[in-house]
Amino acid sequence: MILELKDIHTYYGTSHILFGVSMHVEEGESVCLLGRNGAGKTTTLKSIIGLTPPKKGNIRFQGKEIAGRPPYRIARMGVGFVPDDRRIFPDLTVRQNILLAKRELEGSIWNLDRIYSLFPKLKDLDSNMGGHLSGGEQQMLTIARTLMTNPSLLLLDEPGEGLAPLVVKAMGEQLMEIKKLGVTMLICEHNVGLAMSLSDRAYVMDKGAIRFQGTISDLKANEEVRKKYLMV
Amino acid sequence: MSFDVLFNQFLSGIARGALLFLVASGLSLTFGVLRVLNFAHGSLYMLGAFLSYSIWKWLLIPVYGFYVATLLSALVIAGIGLLIEYTILRRLYARGWPEQLLATYALILIITDIVKWFWGGEFLSIPRPEPFTKAVFLFGFPFPSYNFFIIILGLVLVFFLWWLVYKTRLGDIIRAAAHDRDMVSALGIPIPWLFTSIFVLGAFIAGLSGAVTAPYGAIALGMDIEIIVECFAVVVIGGMGSLPGTLLGSFIVGQVYSFGIMYKPELALAFIFMVMAIVLVIRPWGIFGRPER
Repeated sequence: MILELKDIHTYYGTSHILFGVSMHVEEGESVCLLGRNGAGKTTTLKSIIGLTPPKKGNIRFQGKEIAGRPPYRIARMGVGFVPDDRRIFPDLTVRQNILLAKRELEGSIWNLDRIYSLFPKLKDLDSNMGGHLSGGEQQMLTIARTLMTNPSLLLLDEPGEGLAPLVVKAMGEQLMEIKKLGVTMLICEHNVGLAMSLSDRAYVMDKGAIRFQGTISDLKANEEVRKKYLMV
Repeated sequence: MSFDVLFNQFLSGIARGALLFLVASGLSLTFGVLRVLNFAHGSLYMLGAFLSYSIWKWLLIPVYGFYVATLLSALVIAGIGLLIEYTILRRLYARGWPEQLLATYALILIITDIVKWFWGGEFLSIPRPEPFTKAVFLFGFPFPSYNFFIIILGLVLVFFLWWLVYKTRLGDIIRAAAHDRDMVSALGIPIPWLFTSIFVLGAFIAGLSGAVTAPYGAIALGMDIEIIVECFAVVVIGGMGSLPGTLLGSFIVGQVYSFGIMYKPELALAFIFMVMAIVLVIRPWGIFGRPER
């Protein structure tokens, strides 16, 4: 088990957002976390990376407790976080954005050449400022930048959000390639199609708690859950 | 008014601007990355001046002792900066403005008392070092050649900071962290290490500036407040956290001061703050600054 959340409670200031979320991800697996906007998906990912550490509960990554550690320590252990609001650095070029996170590690699979062959578009934009990219290009850059940290677990928050259907499709193929390289993924999406095509298992969240867990085929068969929590 | 008088005044303004840039650049860099307004920046500058005096006296190197003393006192101030960041500042990053203001203001009081206790209240001074002891004559007016040393040092610092911020990997991290420190942390970059290095660098620059002011004017209590007030004007006019902004702000404040003194000496400071007020009304985030998100 690469990641395990046990009964975590997370707050933004005084408002209680996550109510005892428990979940786990196996090594090499792709898991999606589905639910409507405001269900607590983003907060779950931010709790794992340490941007909104939980007040209660445990988070174990590769068997080690990480709850309460600062984000850079969690990232250095091998957790990569791709935020939904992209958060690229606008004053840095595409290359500087990607190389910012570079670290020389033994057995690292990612380098600039590999990133550029996975995202040829970014190679063409190499010296452009991050702030001048389109939404789709920024999303690719966000993923590329996080891959440079050589994560063994990739947390993806709404990778398809705000993108044209064709761009989403291309992104899905790129994520599939990343998955084939053995990177474990936890994907939050309300674009259920993209998430389910990439995943082995699914969790469904609502109002800060997990309401369903099972395989993708379980979820496809469970019309009640899909109607109640996913509106599809 | 003849051209040579104006030119002389302009050159004095440049020298004053260069000195302001030395101090304000450290203040602005620290704020840009750490988002803490270090009120005690001027106190580190003052401490640098007093320290360089003592080191200079203790060294007894006749001609070039000043340069050695300057470098040593900047290094000691950098060390003091390290201590301050490690013991006080890092507890404040997550707090609000009022607490940061109170703590750094407390530092001003503490450093003032340390200086009083150690050096007493008298004026001290260091003679101008070789080869900047004499005045040069420009259009028949004497102009202290030491001013050229300050101007050159200012230019060296401009170039160094430009290189650091725009041409190095640390500079990429600095610019990224100024924009979104959480994301930088989530990419595995140790923020505490970054903040400590930047604060220490800022302290080093403050110590250096204090030491080079020693032969420029008198070393005295109160020089901390005097400089920090003008530095605030510089960074408000130019834009907090912006290197080109600090450069332009220093130039403007230096010139306004220099020509203000010629026109009405008792209002020289007031003119500076009038310019600052105008900038605040038209562009509250400064000429090269960015609106706060």
